[in-house]
Amino acid sequence: MRARTKRLWGVGTAAALLVSAVALSAMALKQHADLFYTPGLIAQNGMPDEGKRVRVGGWVQEGSLAYGDGAEMNFLIEDGSGETVMVSYTGIAPDLFREGEGVVATGRFGPHGDFTAEQILAKHDENYEPRELKKVQQAAS
Amino acid sequence: MIEAGHFAAFLALVFSGLQVGFGLRTDRERAGLFAKLAFVTMLFAFFTLIWAFARSDFSVELVFEHSHTLKPLGYKIAGTWGNHEGSMALWCVVGLGFGAAGAWLLKTGRPAFEARALGIQGLLSLASLAYLLLASSPFTRLDPAPLQGSGLNPLLQDPALAIHPPMLYLGYVGYSFVFALAAAGLIEGRIDRDWAKAARGWALAAFVPLTLGIALGSYWAYYELGWGGWWFWDPVENASLMPWLIGAALMHSVIVTEKRGSFAAWTALLAVLAFCFSMLGAFLVRSGVLTSVHAFAVDPLRGSVLLAGLVVLGGSALLLFAIRAPKLKPGPDYVAVSREGALMGNNLVLTVAAATVMLGTLFPLLAEALGETISVGEPYFHLTFTPIMALALVALPVVQAWAWGKADLSSLWKWAAGFAGLVAVFWLAGVGPLDIPLLAGVGLAIAVWLIFGAAQEIWRRAKTVERLPKMPMRVWGMTLAHAGLGLFVAGAVLETTARTQTTLALQEGQSQEVAGWTMTLDDVSSIEGPNWYADRATLTATRGGTKATLKPQKRYYPAARMPTTETAIHKTGTADLYVALGDGRRSREGETRWTFEVFLNPFIDFIYLGVALIALGAGLSMVGKRKRPKTTEAA
Repeated sequence: MRARTKRLWGVGTAAALLVSAVALSAMALKQHADLFYTPGLIAQNGMPDEGKRVRVGGWVQEGSLAYGDGAEMNFLIEDGSGETVMVSYTGIAPDLFREGEGVVATGRFGPHGDFTAEQILAKHDENYEPRELKKVQQAAS
Repeated sequence: MIEAGHFAAFLALVFSGLQVGFGLRTDRERAGLFAKLAFVTMLFAFFTLIWAFARSDFSVELVFEHSHTLKPLGYKIAGTWGNHEGSMALWCVVGLGFGAAGAWLLKTGRPAFEARALGIQGLLSLASLAYLLLASSPFTRLDPAPLQGSGLNPLLQDPALAIHPPMLYLGYVGYSFVFALAAAGLIEGRIDRDWAKAARGWALAAFVPLTLGIALGSYWAYYELGWGGWWFWDPVENASLMPWLIGAALMHSVIVTEKRGSFAAWTALLAVLAFCFSMLGAFLVRSGVLTSVHAFAVDPLRGSVLLAGLVVLGGSALLLFAIRAPKLKPGPDYVAVSREGALMGNNLVLTVAAATVMLGTLFPLLAEALGETISVGEPYFHLTFTPIMALALVALPVVQAWAWGKADLSSLWKWAAGFAGLVAVFWLAGVGPLDIPLLAGVGLAIAVWLIFGAAQEIWRRAKTVERLPKMPMRVWGMTLAHAGLGLFVAGAVLETTARTQTTLALQEGQSQEVAGWTMTLDDVSSIEGPNWYADRATLTATRGGTKATLKPQKRYYPAARMPTTETAIHKTGTADLYVALGDGRRSREGETRWTFEVFLNPFIDFIYLGVALIALGAGLSMVGKRKRPKTTEAA
């Protein structure tokens, strides 16, 4: 009986810990999974909620990159659908960030459809690019 | 030359096959012999690859794709494993190396068990060799041979990254031998104290290099990527954290099996899982199924072969476990409040933490199958992993003093009061002079608590100063590792909460204030290296009487057509002043402004020092003798 009680206690504790961990994880995932958008998708399905962290991907439109007086920069993301999203970012862009190249920006939409990026992901060597972009590419072609 | 290497690799495959055959027929001597032969032949094959890289033999396709004559010799050699095929060859070498080491060092007095373990290790090596030769052969020739190579990914041209993969693989593949020991033990239905005594050293032998490998990778990302952080909760990073957590659980649970004979099934399960998570890590990194800042050029086909290997090897081991585990002998009785209970708690927390990391890492795959593209970032892990671990760290100093079987709880109130006092101190200091958030105050209290707890525990065992040096290496190892954990927590909390990040745009001669420092851009000049050229900024940083010169670079590697960031770091004693150079932007007036990302990272050295102490502690407790002085038997 003792061994059985002991095992029950062990299993009970483990189960309680596991259930709370799963609950915690599910809550955290619900709040903090960042959805991925392309300009075309936004035009189709509407804007994501203002202030929610999302990711927007596509290509930096040729001729759209402009710098401010400090370290600010703006550019348009396009995805071949004819739609664009205006992104502003303060900081140093990744080494392989260029006009015409793929980009995934993580950030938040403001009240007027303007997107402020917190992080910019470009492809980081000549052979690799963010996985989401491959799908955008397939959809565009 | 490379053909000889190719042939040797095939020979290693044959020897591994013989190792499997003799191993499963419980012929210890011959299984050991072929394990050693397989290792030596594969080592030769690997050397022919290194030789081709060192000599820039571009008739070898792999060398052509990943090397260049202008690269320094050290990086030519490191380039051997700086790519998929070469790194898989390294994986095979390490796996066979552990087999050979096992053949040489495994002395349990049970030759049949040893033979079976060697046989299963041979099976794992056989699988990796088959994968190497059939799906990713590094021994392919090009005809005609090109005159110049296309260069290594310049991000990898770095000392930390040259030794990061071998370290990481020593850890990953080291767990293959633990896996083999567990499978052999399960086949015989004998996971007992003798088994644990043999397995413990191997579990630690994998844990130490895995810890160092992860730390090196993190340090590289810190100074090479120019983002200022040391951990990004990126899938590739998480891929190495999962086996580390399981490995940490294993090295605690194996102690219980060794000392008491309890937890036998659980220890065997962890031994199997540690290697499964290592394989999962290799799959996640090599298949590119997840978006990562560290991903390599990838091939989905190879990914599916790796996944199939993981499913078959892991699945059959788990099946074996399911059949045999119920028959394993239980250890002596214990109650929840005991050292067994404490270590069970440790294991629960570590495995649940690994599960939350796995959920966060794999969830995007799951969601993608349901048609949604998402990613899971840092906030998720801060909400799940961090509180779960914090819970365990608060308990650690208290429960490590608990006795086997049944512990005395009479001093529990002292511990509770001590911790509450510590939190109060940091909370008061937090709202006052230190100006840190409440949670960071709790974090710092935990850090101090861990270091105090480590010191208290060894003092409890030694009782007098004279006996401290005579304490067994295992106890010193545990003390250092737990203190290192405290140091790591202190660094992580301080760095995460007090880091500052500022972006500057300066013309030559201009200055700006950053976190108490005045940064002046003296000039930007062009410099050249062996296979790169760069813009190098010279910045003078002054604060009060102190002055430092920082020279961050933006390098361009023409062979790879790729720029990289070379950060400059000035150590102030309590923090890193960290500068990354961005691009030069021409303003409307025709002046060039240079952009800089400036970070002040407080106490980041504590993080790496803490992790180094953890590795050192684990290493010490591996080499230490098992015999303990009688006086400490009370523990």
